[in-house]
Amino acid sequence: MNKSLATIFLLLITTTIASAQTEMADTLRSNGKIYVVVMVLATIFAGIFAYLVYIDRKISRLEKGKDN
Amino acid sequence: MRKFLTCTMRSWWWKILCFLILAYVVVGGFLMPVPRLDILNETIRNLYFHVPMWFTMMALFGSAAYYSIKYLRSGNLKDDVYAVQFTNTGIFFSLLGMSTGMEWAQFTWGSAWSNDPKQLCTALSMLIYFAYSILRGGLKDDEKKAKISAVYNVFAFAMMVPLIMIIPRMVDSLHPGAGGNPAFKQYDLDKDMRLVFYPAVIGWIMLGYWIASLKIRLGLIKYKKDIAF
Repeated sequence: MNKSLATIFLLLITTTIASAQTEMADTLRSNGKIYVVVMVLATIFAGIFAYLVYIDRKISRLEKGKDN
Repeated sequence: MRKFLTCTMRSWWWKILCFLILAYVVVGGFLMPVPRLDILNETIRNLYFHVPMWFTMMALFGSAAYYSIKYLRSGNLKDDVYAVQFTNTGIFFSLLGMSTGMEWAQFTWGSAWSNDPKQLCTALSMLIYFAYSILRGGLKDDEKKAKISAVYNVFAFAMMVPLIMIIPRMVDSLHPGAGGNPAFKQYDLDKDMRLVFYPAVIGWIMLGYWIASLKIRLGLIKYKKDIAF
């Protein structure tokens, strides 16, 4: 009984340590710098979407036959 | 049906929806919690961007096959325009999927190319679709081009499904989900990740259709110009 309890305890401790050691971008997040990455990507996305909207409107004009 | 589609292609509501969904995916994809896993670390977030590329490709190739069959039944060259542009956009997304996958593999599996069954089968089906473009480029007569490439496109889609969705699941693979259905099993995907992953798939597919719809509209304008002469 005692032995099995000890094993479970050991297992729990090792898994907690293992999960704590898995390297994640914690420092990046605590510095708040992950938001810089998000901002850059959001900018790129906004740019791509703006470009798509621009093309879409241009094609709409072409379809109405105003450009040619 | 066609009238409904041409209206949808020109309407804005689903494009705005697509923008909102992908904005959520880009922000949530970086800030929402993910499971802490060794080797993968933060790269697990690539799931929101790499995998939807393939989903989008499959959706676009599926639509292309549908329009190829439709062309073979109707003989209407407009259906051919749809099929071609869906295929071209699908090829574009397959290139994105392949390059993002190789970048991810470089840092988690140790090399960009490890002859993983899914990599090999995907490369095969990409080559089949490249051959579609080459086949079209090699034929001059429009009717003949449309007919032969439509038949080939149905074949290409019929090859893609087993190559991408069946064979890699029957053998051991570095990709998750070998010998099962990846990403949809309860234990494969963390519940926090589903909150971003499912919208990501929908959003990217919508973006793929938007790009394809632009190319289709251009193709239709060109087609109208050609028959006017």
